[in-house]
Amino acid sequence: MNDIRALIIDDSSVMRKIVERSLRQAGVNLTQVLEAGNGAEALGVLQESKVDLILCDINMPVMDGLEFVKQLSGVENGKGVPVVMITTEGSETHVVQALSAGARGYIRKPFTPDQVKEHVIPVLAGKS
Amino acid sequence: MKSAKDVLSRSKDHEDWIPLLELSAKEVFELMLGSKLDTASEIAPNGFDIAAMVGLAGQLCGILTVRASRESAARMAFKMLGAETEKDSQEVADAFGEICNMVAGNFKNKVSGLGDGCMLSVPTVITGSDYSVRSLAGSPPLELRLQFESLPMLISLEIG
Repeated sequence: MNDIRALIIDDSSVMRKIVERSLRQAGVNLTQVLEAGNGAEALGVLQESKVDLILCDINMPVMDGLEFVKQLSGVENGKGVPVVMITTEGSETHVVQALSAGARGYIRKPFTPDQVKEHVIPVLAGKS
Repeated sequence: MKSAKDVLSRSKDHEDWIPLLELSAKEVFELMLGSKLDTASEIAPNGFDIAAMVGLAGQLCGILTVRASRESAARMAFKMLGAETEKDSQEVADAFGEICNMVAGNFKNKVSGLGDGCMLSVPTVITGSDYSVRSLAGSPPLELRLQFESLPMLISLEIG
């Protein structure tokens, strides 16, 4: 997977770094990594920048991940960008809510780099 | 499938949740830090100068707290990030809070019927040891004594 611009959204800066490292370990060649601490900040980032992939937490202050996904298609540079949720919220209801809102994948924390690979690579390849 | 109400009413003291709490913590440390946690029979109550808390609200209300030393928390952050961090840095507090968050989420997902009926707060991290926390929990906390790289840590769940 070459030349991917990713936006990583999580209120934990440590988790953003871990997600970035996991993407690289999964073989994703990241040319640019943008970060946001919540959904509202991420919508602002997308006003200015184009990305190929978004990884998004659910539980965040200001605007949570589900609301972000709902608002994504209404934002410049947001339409059609695949979103994979990475979250501690693991219930079926949350998975269904996220996928219904437009997310293309769902990874539960804690996770391994292999799980990131398993969920992200098909999304980037357009298979999910 | 059991409802959260069934799950909560089955046991008053929830002692049967301790193995789930232990499994939840061990999975987080193995997957995210590459570390094995050991169970400790006894640990000294002093020396804990960092605590991370995550609130649970909904059909289960309570607080999950992880306590350790700042030295231990810095070591955890190092294992998570693969890079050395100052023990008083924001990054250590962030990593420690995220560990607490993942343990709480993993635990919630393991208790049948609780996944949908309980929300988690964002984590709060307190550094220092000269403080007291007064919870409105109706029963004594469930406590789990563990060792991370021979350093003690304590996980407690207070249920309201």
